[in-house]
Amino acid sequence: MTWLFKHRFLILRRLSQIGMIFLYFAANVWGWKILQGNLGSSLLFETLPLSDPFAVVQMSAAGALLGLDLLIGAGIITLFYALIGGRAFCSWVCPVNMITDAANGLRRLLRINEVEYRYVLSRHLRYWILALSIVLSAIFGVAAFEFVSPIGILNRGLIFGIGFGGAVIAGVFLFDLFGAKNGFCGHLCPLGGFYSLIGRFSLIRVKHNQEKCTVCMKCTEICPEKPVLHMIGKRSEFVTMGECSNCARCIEVCESDALHFDIRFLNQKKSASL
Amino acid sequence: MAKDKLPPLNERRRFLLQTLQGIGLATLGALTWSAYIDEASAASLVLRPPAALKEEDFLSHCIRCGLCVEACPFDTLKLARAGDNIPIGTPYFRAREIPCHMCKDIPCVPVCPSGALDESFVSTITKNGDKELDITLAAMGIAVIDADQCIAFWGIQCDACYRACPLINEAIVIDASRNDRTGKHAFMAPRVIGDVCTGCGMCEKACVTDKASIFVLPLAVAKGRAGSNYIKGWDAQDENRLKDQKGGGETTLTPKSSQKPIDYLNSEEF
Repeated sequence: MTWLFKHRFLILRRLSQIGMIFLYFAANVWGWKILQGNLGSSLLFETLPLSDPFAVVQMSAAGALLGLDLLIGAGIITLFYALIGGRAFCSWVCPVNMITDAANGLRRLLRINEVEYRYVLSRHLRYWILALSIVLSAIFGVAAFEFVSPIGILNRGLIFGIGFGGAVIAGVFLFDLFGAKNGFCGHLCPLGGFYSLIGRFSLIRVKHNQEKCTVCMKCTEICPEKPVLHMIGKRSEFVTMGECSNCARCIEVCESDALHFDIRFLNQKKSASL
Repeated sequence: MAKDKLPPLNERRRFLLQTLQGIGLATLGALTWSAYIDEASAASLVLRPPAALKEEDFLSHCIRCGLCVEACPFDTLKLARAGDNIPIGTPYFRAREIPCHMCKDIPCVPVCPSGALDESFVSTITKNGDKELDITLAAMGIAVIDADQCIAFWGIQCDACYRACPLINEAIVIDASRNDRTGKHAFMAPRVIGDVCTGCGMCEKACVTDKASIFVLPLAVAKGRAGSNYIKGWDAQDENRLKDQKGGGETTLTPKSSQKPIDYLNSEEF
């Protein structure tokens, strides 16, 4: 029971990730009308369009005059993540997250972290790639990142059949396992960068309570985006950096209950008076 | 060692070097990436769903969501997977495997959220002013016959493609001619009417030869272009083009053209 409680968010996240892929898969194979399409663009209950705003940005840069459904769908998703929490897409929806988490787990098991090469792989690299995707989209007239996106490959692969895409996914897995810790999600993926920007001012955030903190640093150890937890043991405040994916692993591993989800702005005054 | 004497990098130099490094790496990445995109988006021998935009526009509009694939009741449409040599994630079909069945309600087109499949390409306006879907307007490609391998051209009786065509006797017709080799048989050769053929591929699927002797090619590949300078004089509508024409009408002068036609008739040998 305590194990379940200790992993409650992880379990919920996996349910959310797998459940979504399952619904997409069911729509393709058995014709369920709950969630059709894929993460590029989908139709919820045959009425509500949802689409990937980053793909839409790239397509617009490519000079495409897009359909209304797509624009509405992208608007809904943008609004959702702008309100709900930062990169929640990455940890609660994106299927690649399961691959990279598996690589990360294996890293810990094999103690690869302890012999790591000191790569200087900047966490800003994703913003460079983000900019590059938009520039290349404009030059070539096609959505550039969609041509190489492992997210699209895996997500379509799981719904429509994976084919040679398995090799791409294996590449991501091996890169994260032997190449760099959190290499793909934490450094390269421009979609993650995009959602970091969108969710910069989102409401649902992890909050650190310094009075309860014992500075055991288990949270920074588990966090895939370490820099966002710069306040641990120093100040009571919200994790405000857009790079936080709201995966809640820090909340789960914290034994002194110093971290919890909270609503930003609403409770900010309270925390300021503390 | 001389190296020991090098002073530490000052801040400005470090900044400049880092900037250059960033630019260099970004250029390298952009070149590799663009080479891949260029290669991947150049595949033109691919059949798209009905009402698809021109290949170039289609690629920029398609968000690769697969809604058309799911809507297709015959499993005709597939999403390109890595390694298929088709721009990844885009819908396509292979006529020899599963052709387009030309559904009357065209379920694959209205579901497209991005406009990559444009309903107006396959709609007509009825007398009441309503829009009505009409799959016969589709232009997915055009069937092309290899007359060398088509056994009907050999004189062997076969009309599999003709019978399979959803627009029988409209998109494919049979040209009968005398078979001089036997003296008592007819060649019954199929012929594709380009303006009518939708490129559904039912003929390619039905073809009895080992590798189909009638196959669908994308319009951009299969069609020629006469150019606007040729006018069908026997077609009043086509001749109207002459009226709007600006410029032109210049006479090309060569040494020959200085002679009058009458001189030519009188002096040249026949």
